[in-house]
Amino acid sequence: MITIFIPTPLRRFAAEQAKVSVNAKNVAEAIKSLTSIHPSLTPYIYDEGELIRKHVRIYLGEDDIREKEGINTLLKEGDELSIIPAIAGGTH
Amino acid sequence: MSTSIDKDILSGIEAHLESAYPNEACGFLLGTQVQKKRDITHLIKVDNQSSENQRRRFVIDPLDYLKAERFATKEGLTLLGIYHSHPDHPAIPSVHDLEFAQPFFSYFIHTISEGKMTDTRSYRLLDGKFIEEKFTSNQYPLPSHNSQLTPHD
Repeated sequence: MITIFIPTPLRRFAAEQAKVSVNAKNVAEAIKSLTSIHPSLTPYIYDEGELIRKHVRIYLGEDDIREKEGINTLLKEGDELSIIPAIAGGTH
Repeated sequence: MSTSIDKDILSGIEAHLESAYPNEACGFLLGTQVQKKRDITHLIKVDNQSSENQRRRFVIDPLDYLKAERFATKEGLTLLGIYHSHPDHPAIPSVHDLEFAQPFFSYFIHTISEGKMTDTRSYRLLDGKFIEEKFTSNQYPLPSHNSQLTPHD
């Protein structure tokens, strides 16, 4: 099983769970499984083109998947993915 | 929904943001939420990682975010929001703040005018817009001229 960490702001869309377990061979499958279990998460993770939203980061352990193989990054039993909202802002 | 913030947390925010002036600074707010009562009791200061003009932008490292979530879990707390400064600008969310806003979080924005904190306001995202939320503090006098703040007894 792969464990997916749900950030606090999105837990309301995941039955208030902090972690969700899925079966998946790669990141794309894992995120698809997650949004199948909790469809309300979909607009917070995917954009209209069904790509991972620009302001959502996905980490495998301590590593950004963009620095690996992106959503094609292979997973193994026991891996932990984290969904991390980009936190930024500023004045005008 | 009621939101309160501990006086020591406000003091910690004030010291952090004033020390970073004229740059923007930022951090996490943690505490507890029971039903509709939100109490902010902890803060985590983080570095502004913006590679743009730090006087006008802040960015938090995703790993710092993950550490804050892990700390909250370990301590039995909830990650409740983000604080950041608007150096020499009103404590009003910008389009950049809105672009990155998350549901659930309280967004505390603090005006730092010429190095001193002069205003504190908090906002929540509702239907894609920021709505100012009232909050209370046990700090007196309040470090703000925000008329919506009501100190505890």
